[in-house]
Amino acid sequence: MTPESTILAAICLPLAGALAIGLAGRVSPNLREFVTMATAGCLAWLVWSLLPLLMAGGRPGVAVGELMPGLGIAFEVEPLGMLFAALASGLWIVNSIYSIGYMRGNKEKNQTRFFVCFALALSATMGVAFAGNLFTLFLFYELLTLSTYPLVSHKGDAATVRSARVYLGVLLTTSIGLFLPAIIWTYTVAGTGDFVLGGVLAGKLGDPEVGLLLALFVFGIGKAAVMPVHRWLPAAMVAPTPVSALLHAVAVVKAGVFAITKIIAYVFGIDFLFDSPSSGWLLYVAVFTIVTASLVALRQTNIKRLLAYSTIAQLSYVVMAAAILKPMAEVGAAIHIVAHAFGKITLFFAAGAIYVASKKTEIYQLKGIGRRMPWTMAAFSIGALSMIGVPPTAGFVSKWYILAGAFEANNLVAVFTIIASTVLNAAYFLPILYMAWFAREESGGAEHGEAPFAAVLALTITALLTLAFFLFNGSVIELESQVVRGLD
Amino acid sequence: MKLLELLGYYNYWVFAITLMIGLYAVISKANLIKKLIGLSIFQSAVFLMYITMDKVEGGTAPIIQAGVEGQIYSNPLPQVLILTAIVVGVSTLALGLAIVVRINERYGTIEEHEILDAD
Amino acid sequence: MLSAPLIILLQPRGLAWAGATAAALASFAIAVALTIAVLDGQTQVYAMGGWPAPYGIELAVDQFSALVLLVVTGAGAGALLAARSSIDQQIEPERQPLFYSAWLLGLAGLAGIVVAADAFNIFVFMEISSLSSYVLIAGGPDRRALPAVFKYLIMGTIGATFYLIGVGLIYMMTGTLNLADMEARLGDVTELNPILVAAGFITIGLALKAAVFPLHVWLPNAYTHSPHMITVFLAACATKVAIYVLIRFDYMVFQSKLDDHATQFAQFLMPLAILGILVASAVAMFEGHLKRLLATSSVAQIAYIILGASFVSESGLAASAMHIFNHALAKGGLFLAVACLAYHYRDLRLDQLGGAAARMPFTSAALVVCGFSLIGIPGTAGFISKWLLITAALESGPLGWILVAVILVSSLMAVVYIWRIVETLYFSDSAKGDIAVAEAPYPMVLVTWLVALLNIGFGLFPTMPLTLANASAALLMGYSG
Repeated sequence: MTPESTILAAICLPLAGALAIGLAGRVSPNLREFVTMATAGCLAWLVWSLLPLLMAGGRPGVAVGELMPGLGIAFEVEPLGMLFAALASGLWIVNSIYSIGYMRGNKEKNQTRFFVCFALALSATMGVAFAGNLFTLFLFYELLTLSTYPLVSHKGDAATVRSARVYLGVLLTTSIGLFLPAIIWTYTVAGTGDFVLGGVLAGKLGDPEVGLLLALFVFGIGKAAVMPVHRWLPAAMVAPTPVSALLHAVAVVKAGVFAITKIIAYVFGIDFLFDSPSSGWLLYVAVFTIVTASLVALRQTNIKRLLAYSTIAQLSYVVMAAAILKPMAEVGAAIHIVAHAFGKITLFFAAGAIYVASKKTEIYQLKGIGRRMPWTMAAFSIGALSMIGVPPTAGFVSKWYILAGAFEANNLVAVFTIIASTVLNAAYFLPILYMAWFAREESGGAEHGEAPFAAVLALTITALLTLAFFLFNGSVIELESQVVRGLD
Repeated sequence: MKLLELLGYYNYWVFAITLMIGLYAVISKANLIKKLIGLSIFQSAVFLMYITMDKVEGGTAPIIQAGVEGQIYSNPLPQVLILTAIVVGVSTLALGLAIVVRINERYGTIEEHEILDAD
Repeated sequence: MLSAPLIILLQPRGLAWAGATAAALASFAIAVALTIAVLDGQTQVYAMGGWPAPYGIELAVDQFSALVLLVVTGAGAGALLAARSSIDQQIEPERQPLFYSAWLLGLAGLAGIVVAADAFNIFVFMEISSLSSYVLIAGGPDRRALPAVFKYLIMGTIGATFYLIGVGLIYMMTGTLNLADMEARLGDVTELNPILVAAGFITIGLALKAAVFPLHVWLPNAYTHSPHMITVFLAACATKVAIYVLIRFDYMVFQSKLDDHATQFAQFLMPLAILGILVASAVAMFEGHLKRLLATSSVAQIAYIILGASFVSESGLAASAMHIFNHALAKGGLFLAVACLAYHYRDLRLDQLGGAAARMPFTSAALVVCGFSLIGIPGTAGFISKWLLITAALESGPLGWILVAVILVSSLMAVVYIWRIVETLYFSDSAKGDIAVAEAPYPMVLVTWLVALLNIGFGLFPTMPLTLANASAALLMGYSG
C-alpha cells in the first residue's frame, strides 16, 4: 500500500467501521464489539505503518479535491500529526477494551449508537491529525465536535442534555465565531492556508494584527480549553467515562492543543512569532489558565470534575510550551501531548472503574478503597504521579523538555509557573492517594471488589505505558526533533 | 406660468392621486372586498400612466390604411402592453375575490380583525 | 437548442401527476442542456415569432439565468417527483389535475421570468407565476392559508404594480423594453430623474416580491400554511427569482448610467439586509412551529443574498449567485423532510415532534444534513456560500469586519434554531407514544435524500455552480463599465 492510500484509508476505515458497527449492532452485541476491536486494530496498524517513513524524513501527502482555487481538501503527514494520530489510534484499542467492560458493567442503553459515534469521532480525529491545510483542519475539527455530541449527551436526561448543550454551544460558537474568521483572514492575507514549516505569514502581516490573529486562533480553537473558553470541559464530564477518557483526555482536547501547536509552527512560524511582540500575551494567558485551573481543581470534590480541571491546566502546559517559541519547548509541547494522554487516560479509566464497581464519584468516599481495588488504585497512583511529574513517569520527561525550553528562552515566568503548578498538582493528587491507601474505610459501605476484567486490563495497560514512556521515549523525541531541525 | 405648466401635466396628477387613493384603501380598510377595490384603483392608475405616455399630440389610432400617408399615429406599444396588464389585473381581481369567497365560507366573515381573532 | 426555452412555456393541459412530473423533468433536462451550452460563455438567444431584437420578444439565457433556471426547474421537478403521496393526502382527487396544472403554470412563469429578455415580459411571467402560486398556497386543507394568501396577493400585486410603474418610466425615457437595448439607450438619456424614480419603484416592487426585510410579512404565514410540497417548491425558488430580476435590473440597466447608483444601491439595501439577517434569525430562534421557523429563516437567508449583492463587487455577486443555488438546495431539502414528517405528524409544532427520529430515521437524518448546510458547516453546500460571502465582506474595507461579525452571529443563531429541531427529533422523549409511525412513502424519502446528498456533493465539489456564479458576477459587473 502506498503511503498516500494509507492516509486515505486511515480516515475512511473508521467511517466504514462505524457503518459496520451499526449493522452489526442489529445482529448481536458480541459481533458489534468484535467489529469495533477489529476496526481499532486495523486503524492502529495502518497509522503505525506510516511511522518508518516519517522517521526517515518522508512527508507523504495527498490532495483529495479542490473546492475553489487555493481552497482544497488535502492531507499531509508530518511528525506532529503522526504523533497525534499514532497516539489516538493506539489508545482507541485500549479504550475499546475498556468501553466494552464499562458499558456492559453499567448496562447502558443505546450502546450501538455509542460505538458508532465513537468510530466517527476517531475518523474525524485522523482527519485533524493528517490535515494538510487550515481548511481541512477546520472541516474535521467541526466533524469531531458534532460526532461527539451524542456521546456526551449519552445518558439523555435533562441535566445531561443541558451540559451537552454547553459543550456544543461553546465549541461551535468559538469555532464559527473566531476560528473561521481567522482562517479566512489567513487565506486572504497569505493567499494560502497550507501548512508550511516556518509559516506562511512572515512578512505579510504587521505587528498588532499578528497578536489579534493569534488570539482568534487560540480562542477559536475552543477544544484547547484556554481560559475563558474552558467551560465546556467540566460540562462534558457528564459523559460516560470512556468518552471522558478517550475524547477528553486524548482526542478532543488534544485536537485543540495539537491544532494550536501546529498553527504556531506551520502557519505563523516560530521565528516570526518570536519577533512579533504583540504575540507575547499568549504565554501569560496560558500561565493564568494553568494556575487558575489548578486552584479550582484543589476545591473539587467530584473525581471527574477534578480531573477535568487538571486537564485544563495540563492543556495550557502544551499551549505555554508552544508559546515559549523555542525549539526545545516545541518538542516539549509535542511530548506533553503524549505524556498527558497516557497519564490522564489512566486516571479516567480508574475513576470509571471505581464508579462501575462501587458507584462512588466523590473523593471523600474513596477512603481505604486501595485495599478493595488494588489494581485500579495502583494505576491511578501512577497516573497521578505522572501528572505531578515525578520520575519514573511520562510526565517527568515532558516537564523536563518544557523547562529546558523555558531556560533557553530565559523565560522566568514559565519556569516559575511550572514549579508552582507542580506544587499545586501535588497538593490535589496526593491527598487522594493518601486517602485511598492509608485512611481507614468508613463502616457501613457496600461490599465490592475490582471492576470488570476488561476495564482493569485496559487501565493496567495504560499505566504501564505511562511508566514505559519514561524509559523508551527516544524515537518520539527523535521524530519531533525533525520539526525543530527543519527550522534550523 | 409655472403653475400652468404644472397643471398642464394634469393626467400625471390624476395618475398620482388615483395611485395614492388606491394604496390608501388597500392599507386602511379592514374589509377584504374594500381592500380589493383599492387594489383595482391602484392598478387603474398605472394603466392611466401608460395610456398618457403613448399619446402623441395630434395623433390618431395607429391603423395603417391604404391611401392615408403622413399621418401622425399614437404609439401603439404601450396600448398593447396595457391591454395585457389589464388582463393580468382582472385575473388578479378575480382570484382575489375567489379567495374572499373561500374565506367567507371557512370563517364566516370578511373583516380582517375577525379573521385574525378566529385563529 | 435555440428553441429549447419554448418547450418550457408549453401550455400545460389538465395533466395529472405523471404528466406534470414528466413536463417538469423535461424542463429540468432542458435547463441542464442550456447550462452546458452557456458554460463556455455563449449566450443563448431565441427571438420569438422571428422578429429580431429590440423589436421582437426575445428570450436570452446567459450564465446567470442558467444558474437560476437550474434552481427553478430543479426545484419544480424534485418537488413534483416527491409530491404524489403528500398531495394525495392534502388535496381531494377531483381537484388534483387543476392543482397540478396550476403548479406547471407557476413553474412556467418562474422559468419564463428567468429567460425573458425584456422588462414587460418579465412582468407578465411574474404575474403568471404569482397568480398560480396564490392558487397553490390556498389549495391546501388549512383554512389559515386563505388569509395568508390574501395578504400575499395584496402585497404581491402592489409589488408587481410598482415594478410596472418603474418599467413605464424607463420606457418613456428610452423607448425600449429590451433589457440589453435599454442599457445601451440609457447612455443617450440626459434627464436622469425619471430613471432614478424608476429605479426606486422597481427596487421596492421587487423587494416586496422577494420578501426583503421589512417587506417580508407575507412570507412566513404563506409558507407555513400552504400544502407541504408547495412550500418546498416556492421556498426553493419563488423569492430567488424576484431577487434575480432585482440584481439583473440594478446591475445591467441602472448601474452604469446613474451617478452614485452603486452607493445608493448599497446604502439602501445593505442596512436592510443586515437587519433582515439579524431580526429574522432571532425570531426563528424562538419560533415554536417547525414550518414557520424554517420560513422565517428563509427571510434571513434571502437577506444574505441581498447582502452579497449590496457589496457591488464581483466577489459579492458571486457569493449571492452561489447562495441562490445553495440556499435552494438546503431549504428545499429541509422542507422536503418536513413534508415527510408531516405525512404522519399532523401537528408540526416542535413540542409535538419529540422523538420523531426513532420513528423516521431516514427523514430525520436528511433533515439534519440539510440543516447543517443551512448553518454552513464545512463539507456542505452552505459553507461554500458563507465562505464566499465572508471573503467578499473582508474585501470591502473596514466596514467588512462588522459584516463578518453579522454573518457569524447569524450563523450562530442558525446553529441555535437548527439545533432546537435536532434536539427535538433525536433527544427528547416522544410526546405521544400511541401513534404508530413509520417512514414516509419511499419516493418522498428518496428525493429528500437525493437533495441531502446534493448538499454534501456540492459542498465538496462545487465547481459547476461556482463557475456559473463567477461567470455571472463577471458578466453583471461587466455592464458597469
